[in-house]
Amino acid sequence: MEFSLWYLGLAAVFGLFMAWGIGANDVANAMATSVGSKALTIKQAILVAAVFEFAGAFLAGGQVTSTIRKGIIDATQVIDDPELLVFGMLAALLAAGVWLLVASRKGWPVSTTHSVVGAIVGFAAVGIGVESVYWSKVVTIAASWVISPLMSGVLAFLIFMSVQKLILGSKDPLANARKYVPFYIFAVGFILALVTMLKGLKHIGLDLSYGESVMVAAASGMITMTIGVLAIKRIKIIPNEDSDFRFANVEKIFGILMIFTACGMAFAHGSNDVANAVGPVAAVVSIVKNGAVVQESALSTWILLLGGIGIVIGLATYGWRVIQTVGRRITELTPSRGFAAELAAASTVVIASATGIPVSTTHTLVGAILGVGMARGIGALNLRVVRNIMLSWLVTLPAGGILAIVFFFLLKAIFYRGAAI
Amino acid sequence: MSGSYFSGIFGKSPVKPLQQHMEKVVSCVSELVPFTRAVLASDKEAYTLHQQNIVEMENEADILKKELRLRLPSSLFMPIDRRDVLEVLTMQDMVAGSARDVAGLIVGRDMRIPKSMRKSYRKLVKQSVNACKQAYVAICELDELIETGFGKVERKRVGRLLIKLDTIEQQTDEQQVALRNELFKLENELHPVNIMFLYKVIDTTGNIADRAQRVGSRLQLMLAR
Repeated sequence: MEFSLWYLGLAAVFGLFMAWGIGANDVANAMATSVGSKALTIKQAILVAAVFEFAGAFLAGGQVTSTIRKGIIDATQVIDDPELLVFGMLAALLAAGVWLLVASRKGWPVSTTHSVVGAIVGFAAVGIGVESVYWSKVVTIAASWVISPLMSGVLAFLIFMSVQKLILGSKDPLANARKYVPFYIFAVGFILALVTMLKGLKHIGLDLSYGESVMVAAASGMITMTIGVLAIKRIKIIPNEDSDFRFANVEKIFGILMIFTACGMAFAHGSNDVANAVGPVAAVVSIVKNGAVVQESALSTWILLLGGIGIVIGLATYGWRVIQTVGRRITELTPSRGFAAELAAASTVVIASATGIPVSTTHTLVGAILGVGMARGIGALNLRVVRNIMLSWLVTLPAGGILAIVFFFLLKAIFYRGAAI
Repeated sequence: MSGSYFSGIFGKSPVKPLQQHMEKVVSCVSELVPFTRAVLASDKEAYTLHQQNIVEMENEADILKKELRLRLPSSLFMPIDRRDVLEVLTMQDMVAGSARDVAGLIVGRDMRIPKSMRKSYRKLVKQSVNACKQAYVAICELDELIETGFGKVERKRVGRLLIKLDTIEQQTDEQQVALRNELFKLENELHPVNIMFLYKVIDTTGNIADRAQRVGSRLQLMLAR
């Protein structure tokens, strides 16, 4: 291919731009819940986000990346003319990136995932042909955008109900918090480790059987639990510290729990959303490297690294400010609620990541927050905003798609010299 | 600013403003104690001042009430019913209204409480203020109710507070009866118009506790849901 280096360069730049955008904006929603509830300071939140976003992207980001890369478009349609796919993927990245930039400037509730998927479907259907889209897969993905908030909502509802029953509504909430919170911490470590083991670790040379995975996951659950218990022991309980609100001490214990769910949330977000930036890059790289469309090629690890690094840069340059702003506004979410929402959302997203389905972390989290609200856990929720957020993907899909089509033809006009063969 | 839509899902909870309103109402009603003391001592300067304070605080409570009402759009999803919040608010406001009425009546007609009634009347005022304070204590539990997701233990706790409120209110009822009997005995000695208005003062003072109790019953309805 004539412009191979160009393509690689553009892919890297656009991919980095996109990853930067995810780190700058998207991460904020995932992390702000922890900052808002004062479980983490802003500095700690950035540290947690940087480490776990990166870990999630690198360790568990492969499945979704491969869906974005080759699960949506039937590449055999362009076997004669692989450059079309290169243009398309570049256009999709650019379209999603630009759309996100515009939307976040305006404060519109859009999702990275929806933008990228819309963009890919858009350029493929128009630029290559309607039959080149795996519509059944697209339908599955679209359905997951409804199911994932629902599922995390139900999960959050159940988790929070259990918290009410076992701890908050009990006769001695403080004693029961000490007793039961470690089990929730165990659950965080166990679920995240299990899902990662089962699906993600082949590319770093770790291939475990199902039984082994469960064992390792249980062990990592135990380790996190031990850390949690030690941290809880260190909490200073001030008797009647605040007679105006008798649950201040209990919330402190939940604050510890929330540090763990915040890590889980960052991990889950990294595992699912890095693909939005990295998937198209991977597609371009594989075509350029092989000179043709190769469906079976493995994902290069460095591409996941690129995505992880991009997210961390976005976080460091701009994202921390967004976290601060959003966090300051959501103080309603005390640790006992925030953890329930985060645990539910993180579990849902990680499961989606393992299955290779790109979902919106923000929407999943919104679903979880609603779930807690349904259990009478939150002072007030603005349903109009919730509805707007949930409906936003109806706008985002065509917007991403149309932009991608425009960029596709633009790139084609610049670089295209006719079919390769 | 990006991400702002996400924080937008958290509406403004009505709980804190509701408590602040009640706090204002309590300080308004509490002013009746020094007011009554001044009235019984026939210190006009002092009781006019206290009456002005009462009116002022009632106005402030009114402003808080209006602010809270504006804050409750129908798209807000809350663990407590919107209607219950508004009704509690109305009841709380009426408590302050009664306090203002009592002070207004007494100052407006420059009334004197007959000597034999003074001690009992002071008690009635004090107990009415207590009813109000007790209602505030119960309203203060709203945070904890929501924190526990209306857990059983917390609901029982609030239930106990409300029973105490009922007891206080009953005492004011008994005190009113006693005061009326006292007044009845004096009817031959006093000017008929004054008698009429004294009955009214007793009534209105009793209303404070009555309405405070109704704040409690509204709260009870919230628990039942």
